[in-house]
Amino acid sequence: MTEFDVVIIGGGPAGMAAALGARKKGVSVAILERDTRLGGILNQCIHNGFGLHYFGEELTGPEYAARFSKQVKEDGGISVFLEAMVLSLSEDKIVRAVSPTEGYLEIKAKAIVLAMGCRERSSGAIALAGTRPAGIYTAGAAQRLSNISGCLVGKEVVILGSGDIGLIMARRMTAEGAKVKLVMEIMPFSSGLKRNIVQCLNDFDIPLRYSTTVTRVEGKNRLTGVYIAPVDEKLRPDLSKEEFIPCDTLLLSVGLIPENDLLTGTSVAISPITKGAVVDEHRQTSLAGVFSAGNVLHVHDLVDNVSEEALIAGEAAALYALGELKGDRSFAVEPSGGVRYALPQRITAAEGKVKIYFRVDKVYKGRTVAVTSLGEVVKRKKTAVMAPGEMQNVEIDASLLKGDVKIFLEEQ
Amino acid sequence: MNTTCIMCPIGCALSVKEEGGAVVVSGNGCMRGQKYGISEFTCPMRVVTTLIKGAAGGVVSVKTKEPIPKSLVPAALKEAAAFRLQKSVHTGEVVIEDVAGSGVPFVATAEFEAK
Repeated sequence: MTEFDVVIIGGGPAGMAAALGARKKGVSVAILERDTRLGGILNQCIHNGFGLHYFGEELTGPEYAARFSKQVKEDGGISVFLEAMVLSLSEDKIVRAVSPTEGYLEIKAKAIVLAMGCRERSSGAIALAGTRPAGIYTAGAAQRLSNISGCLVGKEVVILGSGDIGLIMARRMTAEGAKVKLVMEIMPFSSGLKRNIVQCLNDFDIPLRYSTTVTRVEGKNRLTGVYIAPVDEKLRPDLSKEEFIPCDTLLLSVGLIPENDLLTGTSVAISPITKGAVVDEHRQTSLAGVFSAGNVLHVHDLVDNVSEEALIAGEAAALYALGELKGDRSFAVEPSGGVRYALPQRITAAEGKVKIYFRVDKVYKGRTVAVTSLGEVVKRKKTAVMAPGEMQNVEIDASLLKGDVKIFLEEQ
Repeated sequence: MNTTCIMCPIGCALSVKEEGGAVVVSGNGCMRGQKYGISEFTCPMRVVTTLIKGAAGGVVSVKTKEPIPKSLVPAALKEAAAFRLQKSVHTGEVVIEDVAGSGVPFVATAEFEAK
């Protein structure tokens, strides 16, 4: 059986950064990637805006991916298996995969980094009513068909959901000559970045309607249109105000879910909120030696944060493989009062800085984030505005912790 | 002109107008918003990213090497859509010179091997 110190499942931004993080400690590393090349979803994200935090310049997705894939290739200590589909992973860290060149593969790892990314919520996940015609795509699938395969998926387009991929696709489809008639968002606010609303919708006069959803779709072979209606504060559509919008294509940008199917049957604990593993600050899961980073851990808005997180996970995985990963204690990090989730969910370090990432449950203006340990404040941070679509972070000093940690928004 | 500031997540609703020869921004929460409002009013600039088709199939992603005036974006997109790339190009290589008369080229953002 082939053996590696660190095996990384997924060769997107998280997998590549994890590999480079692990190599800092000189261990042997393998990446298993199911596509024909490294880079993951970045390869289909041809728009710019990546890397502003990490590289201090604006790159397109393929350019951002190339910065990392070049380092991975030049490193010399990273074995990359392409078109390698991982079938299972066991508690004793044996990864089973298949690939056209290697056939059936069994790899024994001392440590594993999960970097499988996420998948899109589909029409089934939102219980879309009506017929099942062609012309209904998730935004990311349409993006891949457009940007990798060069196929335009439709001419008259309606988009449900104001997630960033939906906004980006509104601009992309317009650029390719399609007419984007409307973008709808069921919530009263957008889950996408302001910048994308301005530069993808406003720049092209594409209307965005909040508190509106698709009630049903129509069409026998191909989609002929969608019925839409405004929703009340409990998100119930008002069918008396239903209207019909003719279109041949409906794109769904209605959320992303970490792709953790591989963990079925393992003892890795999954958070019901993030749908990713429960981890400590090294991104180590409840199964010792198994780490998780990037969108498979929790869905990020910025790839820069994915790279940062995966470097931490990769380096920690290497230390685990070497038997050098320390963990002196385990304090729980619990979100409350406006904070929907916080990550890591446990802190093991007795010293050093730990960055806690979190998301709020709705839009807040001028609020202070507090971190306490056994009721004692260890950090307070004032913020101008926080929205659910923009991940926040607060850095704390682990030496100040005396017990379990709470993170919340202070009452005004 | 009304627009949304994109300098930070707050996204102030800006109102920009010309008053006695000067551009006046209101609704901004800070100086960055004022600067953004003035540039959006006088000469908004955008980096254009799009696809260019290979003459014998395939697509390559491109971007304008620098931001170009927003008013030229539709023309830039049309030029890209009509163009057929005849050769293989590397990342960063010029694909179309002088996009829509902007003086800025489209450069490849990925490797492209002509079929």
